[in-house]
Amino acid sequence: MNSNAPNGQVLLDVKHLQKYFPIRKGFFKRVVGHVRAVDDVSFDIKAGETLGLVGESGCGKTTTARCILRALKPTGGQVLFRTEADRLVDMATLPGEELRPLRREMQMIFQDPFASLNPRMNLLDIVGEPLLVNGLKDRRRRTERVAEVLGLVGLRPEYMRRFPHAFSGGQRQRIVIARALALNPRLIVADEPVSALDVSVQAQVLNLMLELQQRLHLTYLFVAHDLSVVKHIADRVAVMYVGKIAEIAPTPDLFGTPKHPYTAALLSAVPVADPRVRSTQPPLSGDVPSPANPPNGCYFHPRCPHVIDRCRTEAPVLTEISPGHYVSCHRAHELELPGIGELPAADLGD
Amino acid sequence: MNNTSPLLSVRNLKTYFNLDEGTVKAVDGVSFDVLPGQVLGIVGESGCGKSVTIKSLLRIVEKPGEIVGGEMLFRSGSAAGPGPNGQAGEDMIDLARLDARGKQMRSIRGGEIALIPQEPMAAFSPVHTVGNQLIEAILLHQPVGKQEARRIAIDRLREVGVPAPEERIDAYSWELSGGLRQRVMIAMALSCHPKLLIADEPTTAIDVTTQAQVLNLLRVLQQQHHTAIIFITHDLGVIAQIADHVVVMYLGRVMETGPVDDIFHHPKHPYTKALLQSIPSVQAQARTQLPTIAGTIPHPFNRPPGCSFNPRCPDAIPGACDQHIPALHPVDDPQPVSCFLYHDMVDEEVAVR
Repeated sequence: MNSNAPNGQVLLDVKHLQKYFPIRKGFFKRVVGHVRAVDDVSFDIKAGETLGLVGESGCGKTTTARCILRALKPTGGQVLFRTEADRLVDMATLPGEELRPLRREMQMIFQDPFASLNPRMNLLDIVGEPLLVNGLKDRRRRTERVAEVLGLVGLRPEYMRRFPHAFSGGQRQRIVIARALALNPRLIVADEPVSALDVSVQAQVLNLMLELQQRLHLTYLFVAHDLSVVKHIADRVAVMYVGKIAEIAPTPDLFGTPKHPYTAALLSAVPVADPRVRSTQPPLSGDVPSPANPPNGCYFHPRCPHVIDRCRTEAPVLTEISPGHYVSCHRAHELELPGIGELPAADLGD
Repeated sequence: MNNTSPLLSVRNLKTYFNLDEGTVKAVDGVSFDVLPGQVLGIVGESGCGKSVTIKSLLRIVEKPGEIVGGEMLFRSGSAAGPGPNGQAGEDMIDLARLDARGKQMRSIRGGEIALIPQEPMAAFSPVHTVGNQLIEAILLHQPVGKQEARRIAIDRLREVGVPAPEERIDAYSWELSGGLRQRVMIAMALSCHPKLLIADEPTTAIDVTTQAQVLNLLRVLQQQHHTAIIFITHDLGVIAQIADHVVVMYLGRVMETGPVDDIFHHPKHPYTKALLQSIPSVQAQARTQLPTIAGTIPHPFNRPPGCSFNPRCPDAIPGACDQHIPALHPVDDPQPVSCFLYHDMVDEEVAVR
C-alpha cells in the first residue's frame, strides 16, 4: 500500500504559481493581453490533510488545481511534490516522460459525474483503465482490484459489468472516486465533487470522502464554491479572489475570525437555513472584476466596504498575522470582521 | 397579505409523461395555494417534479408530457393591473382547461404569470439585444407604442439596479455579467406587472455574493409591488431566507407544506426532517460526519409502492407505508403532511394503482 509520509510533513508545496492565458486578436493572432487566471499563488498541503480552496467562478481555483496536476503547464512558479520515494520534484517543470510515473500518485475527482464517465464503458473498464494504462495487464488481477475499490466506495462488486447509465448521480460520483483510488494515489484533487449532487446524496459523498481519507491516509485538495461544504471537510481553507489568495487559515479560524473583508462578505452571503436568522445586511455590491483587466492596487478594493487610499494603489501581500493565518489585506490588523458565529450582528456596510 | 382568498389554487395536479418504456408520473396529485403577495417556496431534489409543476402552470409542458388531471384555478384580471382584455372583473380560470396556445393562455403567460428561468444565459437570445427582448415582452402585453415601451424598459432596468440602463438596454446578453443578466431577466419578468412571478432556481447558476444581491432585490421588489412569488429551489438556505410558506416535494408528491418557521423548526414529515439534517451548515462544527438519508432517489420507472419515501424512511410502518399512499392531511391544518405517522388518510385519487 502507500508508503505513508508521516502526518504533518509537507506533501505539496505550491510557490508563486502563475498561469496566464494569452488573449489573441486579429488575423495574425497577435497577443494583445493576458488573462491572469492564477497570479502568484502560494500554499502548502501536509500529508493527511484537507485543504479547501474556495472562491467564486472565474477566481482561478480550477486552473490552480489543473496546474498542480500538470493538466495545464504553469506560466511560472513551482509545484513541489514529495513523491512516494521521498524525493521532492517540481511538477511545474518536469519533462513529460518523468511526469508519467508520478501521475499515479495524484488523481482527480471531477465535478459532474454525468460528463466524466464514458457511457460506452462498463465499470470494469472505467475503473480498470488507469490500472491498464499503468501496466497491470493481467485481466484477472485487474478485476480483483476493481472489485476491491468498488467495495471501498460502497458499491457492490457485482455491478462491475454495468454501464454508467444504470447508476444515480451519487453512485456515479462513487464510481469516479473509485477510479481515482484505483492506483493508490496519495494526493487527490477534487474539483467541486459534490456540487452537481442533490443534498441528500451530497452528505453521503462527503462522509465517504472523510472516511476514505482516514482509512487510506489520503491528502485532499478540495476545490469548491460552497463554504458550508468546505467547512465539513477541510482542515484549512484558502480563499481565492481574481487569481490571488485572499486568506488562508485553519477552518475554525477562517469561519470564526475572518481577517479579509472578502472572506467576511462571502461568509455573510451564504444563506442560513433558518428563517429566524434572515440576513438584514446589504450584500456586497458590484461584480467580480475580469482577470484580463483587474483593478489597480488590491483587486478587491472597488467592492470593499473598508477601503482606504492605500488599497487603490498598492497591492497587499500575503502575510502571516497569527500562527497559520495568512491574509492579504492592508488593514488585516485593525479590522474586526464578523465571523459565522456572530452573524448577523456586526456590520459590513460602513 | 391582507387578502386571504388564494390567487392560485392547484388541486390534485397530475402531469404524466407517456414514454415507450412506461409512464413517468412526474407530478402525481399535487395541491397547494398561493395567496396574493405571498412568497411560496417549493423545495425538492432533482426529479421531484418541481419544474414540471411550474411548466404545467404555464402550460409549457413538452410532449410527451400531458396534464392528465386536476385543476389550477388562477384569479385572472383584477383592478391591480390590466387584465387580459382590459376588463377589470375577477374570475377564477382553470389553467388546465385553457388551450395552451390559445389567446387567453398567451395573454396570461408572460403577462399575469411571469417566469424567471434558471439559466439567464440560455433564456436570452444571443442575437438580439436584451432591450429588444424586453420591449418585445412589453409590446405583447401592454397597449403602448415602441417609444413608450422603450421608456418602460429603461425604467424597469433602473428599478432592478442595472447601472446606466440607457446604455445597457442596447447590450447583448453575452456582454453582461451573470448577476446583471439575471437582473435583466427579473426586469423582463416584472415588465408587465405580473400578479404571480415564478422563479425557477433563479440563483442556482450564480455565485454566492451575486446570489445575495439577487435575493435582496427580489425581496425588495416583492414588498414594493406586492407580487406573489413561487420560488423553486433545492437550496434550503435560500428558502429559509425568502419564503413565507413552504411546499416540500418528493417524487411528484407533496410531502408536507406549512409556514416557513414551522417547516424549519417543527418539521413533521421524516423526509423534511432528514433533508434538514443532511444539509451542510456553515454554523456546524468543522470536519464532522453528516447525518445522511439512506439510499438514493428511486428511478421514476421504479417508483416504490405506497409512500414513495418508504424505502428510505427511518420510521416507515410495515404494512401501511409500503402499500398505501398517504393523503396530504388534515386539509384545514396550516401544516398538513402526507405521512401515516400523523393520520391514516389514504389518498383515494392515486391509491387505485
